[in-house]
Amino acid sequence: MELFYQSAYEVSRLLARKEIGAEELTRAVLDRIEGVEGQVKAFVTLTPEAALEQARAIDAARVRGDDLGPLAGIPMALKDNLCTEGVRTTCSSKMLENWVPPYDAFVVKKLKEAGAVLLGKLNMDEFAMGSSTENSRFFPTRNPWDLERVPGGSSGGPAAAVAAGEAFYSLGSDTGGSIRQPASFCGVVGMKPTYGRVSRSGLVAFASSLDQIGPFAREVTDCALVLQAIAGHDPADSTSGDLPVPDYLGALQADIKGIKVGVPKEYFVEGIEPEVANLVRWAIDRLADLGAICEEISLPHTEYALPAYYLVATAEASSNLARYDGVAYGFRLPGKDLVDMYVKTRSEGFGPEVKRRIMLGTYALSSGYYDAYYLKALKVRTLIRRDFEEAFQRYDILATPTSPTVAFRLGERITDPLAMYLSDLFTCPVNMAGLPAISIPCGFSQGLPVGLQLIAKPFAEETLLRVAYTFEQATASSRRWPQLGVVA
Amino acid sequence: MEYEAVIGLEVHVELKTESKAFCSCTTAFGGEPNTHVCPVCLGLPGVLPVINRRMVEFGLRTALALNCTIAPMCKFDRKNYYYPDLPKNYQISQYDMPLARNGYLEIEVDGEKKRIGITRVHMEEDAGKLIHVEGPNGDYSLVDYNRAGVPLLEIVSEPDLRSPEEARAYMEKLKAILEYIDVSDCKMQEGSLRCDANVSVRPKGATSFGTKTEVKNMNSFRALQRALSYEIQRQIELLEKGERVVQETRAWDEDKQVTYTMRSKEEAHDYRYFPEPDLVPLAIDQEWIEKVRAGLPELPDARRERLVRQYGLPEYDAGIITGSRALADYFERAVALFPDAKQVSNWLMGDFLRLLNAQGLEPNQAPVTPENLAELLKLQEEGVISIKIAKQVFEEMFATGKGAREIVQAKGLVQISDVAELTPIVERVLASHPKVVEDYRNGKEKALGFLVGQVMKETKGKANPSLVNKLLKERL
Repeated sequence: MELFYQSAYEVSRLLARKEIGAEELTRAVLDRIEGVEGQVKAFVTLTPEAALEQARAIDAARVRGDDLGPLAGIPMALKDNLCTEGVRTTCSSKMLENWVPPYDAFVVKKLKEAGAVLLGKLNMDEFAMGSSTENSRFFPTRNPWDLERVPGGSSGGPAAAVAAGEAFYSLGSDTGGSIRQPASFCGVVGMKPTYGRVSRSGLVAFASSLDQIGPFAREVTDCALVLQAIAGHDPADSTSGDLPVPDYLGALQADIKGIKVGVPKEYFVEGIEPEVANLVRWAIDRLADLGAICEEISLPHTEYALPAYYLVATAEASSNLARYDGVAYGFRLPGKDLVDMYVKTRSEGFGPEVKRRIMLGTYALSSGYYDAYYLKALKVRTLIRRDFEEAFQRYDILATPTSPTVAFRLGERITDPLAMYLSDLFTCPVNMAGLPAISIPCGFSQGLPVGLQLIAKPFAEETLLRVAYTFEQATASSRRWPQLGVVA
Repeated sequence: MEYEAVIGLEVHVELKTESKAFCSCTTAFGGEPNTHVCPVCLGLPGVLPVINRRMVEFGLRTALALNCTIAPMCKFDRKNYYYPDLPKNYQISQYDMPLARNGYLEIEVDGEKKRIGITRVHMEEDAGKLIHVEGPNGDYSLVDYNRAGVPLLEIVSEPDLRSPEEARAYMEKLKAILEYIDVSDCKMQEGSLRCDANVSVRPKGATSFGTKTEVKNMNSFRALQRALSYEIQRQIELLEKGERVVQETRAWDEDKQVTYTMRSKEEAHDYRYFPEPDLVPLAIDQEWIEKVRAGLPELPDARRERLVRQYGLPEYDAGIITGSRALADYFERAVALFPDAKQVSNWLMGDFLRLLNAQGLEPNQAPVTPENLAELLKLQEEGVISIKIAKQVFEEMFATGKGAREIVQAKGLVQISDVAELTPIVERVLASHPKVVEDYRNGKEKALGFLVGQVMKETKGKANPSLVNKLLKERL
């Protein structure tokens, strides 16, 4: 297999045995980017010079005999809503097109400490609002499996880059499915950790009570390695959990005998593509073959999750995005007075989907509507959380499809917001309950990847990794990567 | 018809914590614009607030001093509105679950004591400051975020106040309490103590409320009292004319001494409050509350009672002395050295406060230390100087910061109590005013005063007045 499609775990061993240097590895990935990026368009900003410099520093450290961790010298990339000191962080928005943060996000600091080599920043739906990356104010990213199709969203760039061999892993953010759905569309592993497992400090907020940072990787092992590096308490994020970080690599045993898997029937409803449903049911049967006890269960409030999600998320977004006003930083269009400047700046600086959500959220919080919308949504949120709590009294894991469909065509849903919002149907309940979940590839429908979503109890990422790893090992023979024509 | 006013006050207090409410920037007043800032208080993308423990402690101290019940669980909310001095375009505040509720403080107006209810005490962050500039190519505004994120307490009273005098007494008492517990500088001019008033009027005896207006921009106790008097009169006149009071926000114009419309009810903000998702609810355990309670100093009312009890001060004197913690501290230090408490309090309430106010100083900034004052009083008591000279010396002490004895000696102000020295002067005065001597002898008592005055004049005020009296009478 080509070097750039090796797992991070594998190249980590090559690096440790000095069979390859970090600079050589980084050049190989930069070459790959040069070859395919014109088709995939995953990157908003590339920082090849800085990447090579970091790689050389790691090589020097290795020569010195420094104690280096498993991620040292491995090229990776970040969704462009993760703040990077000195490297612009745009959120794929005109509003922050030239904004350069004076600080690193907590996760970026952690990865730098681990010796990661940052290749650049990845495309996304503007401010993480969308399910196809078509809402990027710069350009859409393509699905490496079919360049006419979307990579999913909002972390389309991070998913596509990993699938296309443009990075060994990447970080994205997941507010209603923005890691898992693109992972499913692009045939990679994507994990949304428990709310509070990974610090949000330095993640540009979309909906603060739902946002969570997580890894994209081509293998579950890599996912565990990355989570290990970024998880943990951060005093700068009051919502991050002050809990010890377990040994995630150690949790990767290919054994799920006796694990109890609940299969919520509400996730196999009308509207789901039959082949997607079949593949997910096939995957669940594999889990049973491997010794898991799989039973159908009910999460009765599932159907209310999506509307409630779109109220909570937009309400928080309307407030979180209020700061982009042209006053102190970011984009500004001058006006004849203050209000005129506000209106012009925000009308031009934000794209249509962001404006739509700000308006929805402002409405939901307005006096006279608050009780009927926002407060009601919070009550629904409690009911959804209780559904899950009850299920987890009897089950270790829940298994569902990640998305009701495979990757759709570019332009197919962009004019129909409701159809687009349905992409989050199976993923957003997990955010409402703050649970950890992972999407792993479980086969192909019409040549396009399908994802299996596994959901666990709060802070039980080990269970998720173990079940995902066991499934991955058992189905490894069917693993493949998109064939992209390399432009010379 | 006779009317009564109904007034409730909303007071904002800047807390003097070292660092800001949700970041570690300094809260120091002044400083070059935009130097006391960081990504958090600038509201840059991706940053998160973290609650300052000292802010909560200061909040607890205040709430306990105001006899409030502390909520076992409180939370922060976002108050959303657009203004360039607000970096995030929302203010982190507390809405439906404030830190504390149901307190009170006691005021006294015209000798009558009254308990004023405190509805709630909550924590929030301050905004920055706009500086408006008139430029040659049009006006513009600059923003200074140094103040953005400084912790504030909002203290809301019940509508229990019935006159501008009561409102002023409430503010003065509140300021005294806040100074005693050392949570704020309480400078109305610098904006560390600010107050808005809700005012309505109704026929005396009515139980329902009239339509209220909110009055803002009152930057001193005097402004508060005057603005309220004006606003009450304005509302009464409207009602008398058969017109209605319009619910609105008004501002006090200090130059014109009037209130004017700032914004109508229709223009009022919809703040779209919702729970701050970046912070977790705050559980305050009983142990912490008790620890803070135990650490509270003696408060103004208690100290006033003690001064009456311990030093035999009149209630009135004790009230004025304890109105400021610094003044009461000054008093007790002076009394420790010069135990005639009434004498000390007379000096403090008289020349001392007059000179302080003239220079805009606080008692602890006075150039005359309590030790120096005690020394002066001792000199007077020992008869070394007269009362008149003492006042003169005090002015000098205040102006130069020098000690009493030093001034008295340097200027030769020691009182003349030597009969041998005074006798020739007395005889000279008698000899040069035969007409006055004649008048006195004919029963005109007042003439004696003139003669005493002449002796004092000859001695530049240094003669011992009672001795002069005695010597004159012997010769008349």
